[in-house]
Amino acid sequence: MKHKGKKKFGMVINLDKCTGCGTCMVACMSENNVPFKEDESDKLLSITWMRVYKLTNDEPFPHIEECFLPRPCMQCDGKHEGHPPCVSVCPAVATDYGFETGIVSQINTRCFGCRYCMAACPYHARYFNWWDPVWPKGMEKSLNPSVSVRTRGVVEKCSFCYHRYQKAMEKAYSDGRRDIAEDEYQTACTQACPAGAITFGDLNNPDHAVYKLKKHPHAFRLLERLQTNPKVYYLSSREWVRNKADNSIAGQSAATAGHHSS
Amino acid sequence: MKIDRRSFLAFGIGGAAGTMVSPLPWKLMDDFSIWTQNWPWTPRPKRGEVTHADTICTLCPGGCGISVKRVGERAVKIEGMADHPVNNGGVCLFSQAGLQFLYGETMRVTAPLIRAGKRGEGQWRPISWESALDTLQQKLTELRASDQAHTVAAITGDSRGTRPALLKRFLTAYGSPNFFFTPTMADCQELTVYLMQGTDAHMGYDFAHSDFILSFGSGVLDGWGSPVRMFQAHGAWRDRQAFITQIEPRLSSSAAHADKWIAAAPGAEGILAMGICWVLVNEKMIDQAFISRRTQGFDAWNQRVLSAYTPARVSAATGLPESELVELARRFGQARHPVAICGRGQGRGPDSVFDFAAVHALNALVGAVNRKGGVWNVPMPDYAPWPDAVIDNFALAGLERPACGADDATGLPQLHRLPGALEADNDKCPVQLLMVAGANPRYTLANNALANKALSRIPFVVSFSSFMDETAQQADLILPDHAFLERFEDVPAATGMNLPCIGLARPVVAPQFNTANTADVIIELANRLGGTVAQSFPWQDYVDCLEQTLADKWPDLIEKGYWVDKRARPGRAAAKFSFFNDVLATAWQAGPAEAPAEQQGRRYPLTLIPYDSMRIASGAIAAPPFAVKVIADNVLKHNDSFIEINPETAHKLGFSEGDYARVNTPAGSAEARVHLFDGIMPGLIAMPRGLGHTAFDKYIAGKGVNVNTLLNPAPDPVSGFDAAWGIPAGLVKA
Repeated sequence: MKHKGKKKFGMVINLDKCTGCGTCMVACMSENNVPFKEDESDKLLSITWMRVYKLTNDEPFPHIEECFLPRPCMQCDGKHEGHPPCVSVCPAVATDYGFETGIVSQINTRCFGCRYCMAACPYHARYFNWWDPVWPKGMEKSLNPSVSVRTRGVVEKCSFCYHRYQKAMEKAYSDGRRDIAEDEYQTACTQACPAGAITFGDLNNPDHAVYKLKKHPHAFRLLERLQTNPKVYYLSSREWVRNKADNSIAGQSAATAGHHSS
Repeated sequence: MKIDRRSFLAFGIGGAAGTMVSPLPWKLMDDFSIWTQNWPWTPRPKRGEVTHADTICTLCPGGCGISVKRVGERAVKIEGMADHPVNNGGVCLFSQAGLQFLYGETMRVTAPLIRAGKRGEGQWRPISWESALDTLQQKLTELRASDQAHTVAAITGDSRGTRPALLKRFLTAYGSPNFFFTPTMADCQELTVYLMQGTDAHMGYDFAHSDFILSFGSGVLDGWGSPVRMFQAHGAWRDRQAFITQIEPRLSSSAAHADKWIAAAPGAEGILAMGICWVLVNEKMIDQAFISRRTQGFDAWNQRVLSAYTPARVSAATGLPESELVELARRFGQARHPVAICGRGQGRGPDSVFDFAAVHALNALVGAVNRKGGVWNVPMPDYAPWPDAVIDNFALAGLERPACGADDATGLPQLHRLPGALEADNDKCPVQLLMVAGANPRYTLANNALANKALSRIPFVVSFSSFMDETAQQADLILPDHAFLERFEDVPAATGMNLPCIGLARPVVAPQFNTANTADVIIELANRLGGTVAQSFPWQDYVDCLEQTLADKWPDLIEKGYWVDKRARPGRAAAKFSFFNDVLATAWQAGPAEAPAEQQGRRYPLTLIPYDSMRIASGAIAAPPFAVKVIADNVLKHNDSFIEINPETAHKLGFSEGDYARVNTPAGSAEARVHLFDGIMPGLIAMPRGLGHTAFDKYIAGKGVNVNTLLNPAPDPVSGFDAAWGIPAGLVKA
């Protein structure tokens, strides 16, 4: 590998290609043993590490346009690297910033459910287990042994399928390599997306596709003014979509809001 | 030492402070949080050797290759099979959630069951396969011996592959004409190719080379055709800057991602296609060389049919300004590799032959037939033919009887006519025994209440379902099929694929329950009946049958799971393209299915259209829990589903977001909530297909409204299929 420095894994999601089919959401649930309940229609209580939002340009028929926006954990760097909003507030070191990968961890067994991190996260990427997960009879057979099953009382979120990184690194080391290639570590959602809308890789590595894509003129991140420095980038050729990414309260422009918050 | 108040407090405070400085409380807190998470009911997935097995997904007609990741004996993840010609590593959400179909014991039928209580009570007695087959064999033998062979009927899912063919063959050898299948868009496409090109072939699309895609309501991003292939084609269109035009009265995902969305009146898609043809012909933007050399009947069609579709008339029927129609036609005519497609929504149901013929004629006008980027004739899979079924006198007598629910035009039994026939006259349609395999008519049939009432008249119903679906719930005997991933099954063609491609689904896990491949059960049943019925089934078992049928392709199929003929020259066999002939004349004259305005009145001032969503399973099988979880909360909230309505229409009727409403149609009535949606044409209301199941398990049952309870069938005069696309409706406060 030419690239020497630290890795910073990130994602670029092309919203022009995303069709809102929901495959990424289900791929994530199946990979990460995400539980489900009888009624999942209250979306505040529905655990979806990856969630696809629907945006509209608020125009009437027939000028209405729609865009789907998949939202995994943004794996924020924070204003200075290593200070994502959630990590700063966790009293139990149950969530931490990995300087080797840039991935924000979530260690379920350390979490005691105070939910400060959920309040701190501006992206609603964190979910609390209000109930013990129950798999209907037989369905526990489909659980993935690489990801521990959570219980009631802990917070969970997207890990960029960190277990896949661990597996890939283990394999690389056993093959006598010190590093992995781009395609050896891909998240479940990236792999599953039938539209090819998600690109995943090391944002610091010029050889990886995401390195170039993040510099595309149509690239943007969500709520940039909060200076959370997310590692998830979006691409959209539509201006109204890009404007929605830094949506403000009516009457308050994105620029001034950013001024107040810094 | 004397302990006074002062030293007691000092000791207490000092001790507390000391403890806080020590790691003890932190360690205890950590241990405590870990300890509180060690519950015996929290599953700990077992580890084991990781292996992958390739097979074909059979959850929809898409024919995708999948790779199943196993840990030890357990299947834990489904991923796309890399390099598969249909889906090239991609997957959809249903195959991602597919393991829940396999392992969901609460959904599955785990052993042969015989009804113990009243029908539909849910009282079952598990029985052995031996006695289950005895029961069925005895009934079949009795009916046949008493010249009642024709009173046995069977319903299957789609018509493709050896599994439905075996059941059809069984009925033929046994002596009944009453074989029903659930028609789809693919059947309409094949009929269109047959009528217009005189050949037996699938319609395949060379989307990889199209640069202008004109979709007449086809949900290219909502699950149309082979969904994953379409998603990938769409991604490639974006990269190549192909131009996508979506004609649809509602902003579906496909419309939202098109370069141009044209909201035309529902049901008028075929008329619009004819209007575009008119403009192309009159502006001489047609492929003259192709038309003069490779087609026939153009002049007759132009004079007798097309001349009526003037821009003024088409504009009135579709609600589009004439200028927009002309502009659209010009763009289509000027494109290098244009292609027009039809089949509404996912195409899991048929549409009128008029619509298909109009769109196929449009493709022919620009020469996009059997040409790069266009629509191709893909030969039917080259299966080794089976010897004719052996017919004895009993069979002959039964087969000579008129089929139940036979269509006037085709003389073939039509599934949507079965309920009416059962209700109308029991002498003409005396069904005594019904076998249902791969279908769920009690959920999918339009005018659902009547269909259910009619099916209840049948004295003995056998279900071959893997799942406790609506039809199985009301059956008398269930002989459960293996679920997908447990069984062998051929997938003869992926819908819309432009190369001959056969898939073979192979078992990747051992059967989880006491089930059996329905194809094996049919062969066994035939052998038990003996005589000519047994002689018609010369195979040891289903695998033997598959091996002999697939012949030279078998080694490839067993090794890779698919066979593809990359050197095939689709379209070679096609005769001249016909714009006009005797049968087509009927279709041209009939026009599209039902004219909406005629049935509308004061009671039904609106038009209800069902819509397909990639996130909702709309067919025989209900969505598993993971898939239900991704349904948006303005489609389904708790147990209420939503009716989409334009804010303008809602305002007129006095509805606000989330209000409860009762929707009435000539077919039925249901209660749901309204969702104000700017993406739907004023005057229309839309409801999703696939909700409102009453069976399976608590994760799907009782959620929302089954839109089939509100629709009526609209028989097509040429195909006889139900070509309904909507129904007049009224909406009142509930």
